[in-house]
Amino acid sequence: MPDPTPDFVAVTGPDIVAMAGIDKRFPGVHALQNVDFSVARGEIHALVGENGAGKSTLVKVLTGVERPDKGTITLDGHVVSIHSPLHAQELGISTVYQEVDLCPNLTVAENILIGRQPTRFGSIDWAALNDQARRHLRTLEIDIDVTQPLGSYSVAIQQMAAIARALVIRNARVLILDEPTSSLTAHETAQLFRVMRKLKSEGIAVVFITHFLDQVYEVTDRVTVLRNGALVGTYPTASLSRMELIKLMLGRSVTTLDDMAAHKIAATEGISAETLLQADGVGLSGSIEPFDLKLHAGEVVGLAGLLGSGRTEIANILFGVDKPDSGTLTFGGKVVRRFSPADSIARGVALCPEDRKAEGIVGDLSVRENIILAMQASRGWFKRLGTREQYEIADKYIALLSIATPHADQPVKNLSGGNQQKVILARWLAANPRLLILDEPTRGIDVGTKADIQKLVITLAEEGKSCVFISSELDEVLRTSHRIVVLRDRAKASEFAGNVDEKEIMEAIAGSAS
Amino acid sequence: MSGPTSTGFWSKATNSRLFLPVVVLAGILIFDLLFIPSFRNIELKDGHLYGNLIDVLRNSAPTVILAIGMTLVIATGGVDLSVGAVMAISSSVACIMLNPSILGTNLSGNIGDLISDPGYSWAPMWAVILVPLVVATLCGLWNGVLVSYGRIQPMVATLILMIAGRGIAQLITNAVKIIIFNDNYAQIGNGWIVLPVAFYIAAALFIVSWIITRRTAIGMFVESVGINFRSSYYSGINERRVKLFAYAFCGFCAGVAALIVSSSIRTSDANQIGLYTELDAILAVVIGGTVMGAGGRFSLMGSALGAIALQATTTSMYAMGVAASAIIAVKAVVVICVILLYSQQAQDFVKGLGTRSSQKEAAR
Repeated sequence: MPDPTPDFVAVTGPDIVAMAGIDKRFPGVHALQNVDFSVARGEIHALVGENGAGKSTLVKVLTGVERPDKGTITLDGHVVSIHSPLHAQELGISTVYQEVDLCPNLTVAENILIGRQPTRFGSIDWAALNDQARRHLRTLEIDIDVTQPLGSYSVAIQQMAAIARALVIRNARVLILDEPTSSLTAHETAQLFRVMRKLKSEGIAVVFITHFLDQVYEVTDRVTVLRNGALVGTYPTASLSRMELIKLMLGRSVTTLDDMAAHKIAATEGISAETLLQADGVGLSGSIEPFDLKLHAGEVVGLAGLLGSGRTEIANILFGVDKPDSGTLTFGGKVVRRFSPADSIARGVALCPEDRKAEGIVGDLSVRENIILAMQASRGWFKRLGTREQYEIADKYIALLSIATPHADQPVKNLSGGNQQKVILARWLAANPRLLILDEPTRGIDVGTKADIQKLVITLAEEGKSCVFISSELDEVLRTSHRIVVLRDRAKASEFAGNVDEKEIMEAIAGSAS
Repeated sequence: MSGPTSTGFWSKATNSRLFLPVVVLAGILIFDLLFIPSFRNIELKDGHLYGNLIDVLRNSAPTVILAIGMTLVIATGGVDLSVGAVMAISSSVACIMLNPSILGTNLSGNIGDLISDPGYSWAPMWAVILVPLVVATLCGLWNGVLVSYGRIQPMVATLILMIAGRGIAQLITNAVKIIIFNDNYAQIGNGWIVLPVAFYIAAALFIVSWIITRRTAIGMFVESVGINFRSSYYSGINERRVKLFAYAFCGFCAGVAALIVSSSIRTSDANQIGLYTELDAILAVVIGGTVMGAGGRFSLMGSALGAIALQATTTSMYAMGVAASAIIAVKAVVVICVILLYSQQAQDFVKGLGTRSSQKEAAR
């Protein structure tokens, strides 16, 4: 691991904004832990890290959406307290979000200058408005008809309009671009980069959040890596190899708890010869390239890869959320023809989805109801589990997984993230599946719970259940899996079995360009 | 960690979901009993009970029934605007089966004699009751298909039938108001067995609905789908079928209400029957504590109490001699008060009363 640069060698200029010792807690999550972050005049600064690393929380603190629990923000050498997004904009800190938050039915010019329209005799001077908007866009080297509705242009142009609006109206000195390229074509991305470089040459500090490492290398001067809410370090981009960057993002070890290290999955003894699941050339165009996968009873297969590499896509196909358009999927010796969660559950497949809040918990229902939900769904509408039975099942899993809740009737939304995750695990354990797919089961939860979940996976495998384990944390995958499948660019890249070297896997994740 | 288990009667009561509906209904009834003398009179005539309070029970029956169906729809995160129009359709079907002469059906005998005969019905009475209910359920299914399989916004999807429904009802009766002479049919809405028959029907439907939703898993599925349909889908719940059921059941309830209303006024009037009742039903559900728009936890008892409270308001207006045309305005004022009562600020204030008084006790 390279040493963090002796703090903040001024690459390009003095710091405009410096955040020091930022700490932020949400119920059940320590989102930011003593994070330092600064951006200098005339630099493009990448902010990277896997989901849950704390990027968005850091940006929210900087833009006044969230107030930090601890720490200071210094703007031009003065300590400021940013109370609202509007206040941040007044201070010259503007944000362009991934989803363009402008009005598609208004013209480009109106969008850029809304709230600041030039007036004449008390009414809007349309000619001046369009003229000003045109000039502002030309500074970004965009020449379009500003009287057309914004929605008639591509996302890239809309983003340019958003940038123009951020710069012109707010007099921005710090511009935060939150994953602006995720929906852009290569050509549009190149155009955006030209604009970013131009802004940089004008002395504006650009904070660039992205998941695409190529882009980090293409356009940024420095890169700050966050992991699990903590600062890993800030480095001059050019001094850091791609391999080193991935290593920093994924983390060699989240924790040195002996407890966790002691729970390494046993070698292949427990695996039966029986093939539970077999995928031959299964794929879905636009989602995941055709892949082969074989899973035995009692085996844990880890899926490793960066975010967006196709891990979740595979999970969704195996659980029947998405129907593949090529290949054959066999489960328990039978070819799978019906793809839906309900059919998969009937076959004995369960999925803990990646997005716990949107796809996992049912917030207003109680812990008890959340736990029995899948079990009841497979029993049907009329064979209701008796109330006493429900409490017995709920209490059993609350004790087994040590779910911290005052009682089984607590609405699950009042629990911490880690305990919500345990409730969803309990839901699937109660349904007694043969294959459990865990998509990022340990994201955003505390270390203790992480260890619990890893132990649980190992225990389940010993009991003969199969498991697909997806995680951004490589050491976690290494510890829990018999075999590891590496995904890259929405395709299966390679597969490792037996005693795997961490370095080899990292190379596979990074691809040949390392 | 402390859950909602804090002790004390006050906090227990205020945390109950039925607290506000009970307060609203009790408030209106106490006002009535204090200021409207006729509300204090309940008479026993020929073994039947009569009086303003009994009228409230009788007249609220259709709204209670509609509110029960609407509760399930709202709990799934939707709304059904078409219940009034569905009432018009099914009451037209019922009336045409009682007396199809208006369609020129070839009937033997003297038509004039037949239709004014209080015992005459063209179709057997079981069919006169069953067919409209089936038609209403089909209307609800139509809404459900649009919402769950067509993925159309519930408000838009049910607006279609809300507008088209009265036209369909006009087509069925050839745009003629059919007068009902049949006395048996009229018993549904006008009959009395100690208490009004309509009240028994509403009570029976309430109990059946409670059993269907709470003694099976349907109630939990409805709530789960309303709170988070994606999580429900990932848990293996067929969320489309759950919604389909809710809308179909809501249609069925509209059919039951249509039988009561048409028999009570002894006519099918496609333009007037069930007019604006969808709004009363939605309001009753909201008063009952089921959250409109967000879906989720529902309370059938709350909705029923809400419907009775609405009818009590209307009946008190009549009893106080408020002109019929002004009643809607007065009702609006009551609704505003109720909605204010439901705001978070008001609720926090009410809950605060309990803690403040217990603090005082502790200080002593």
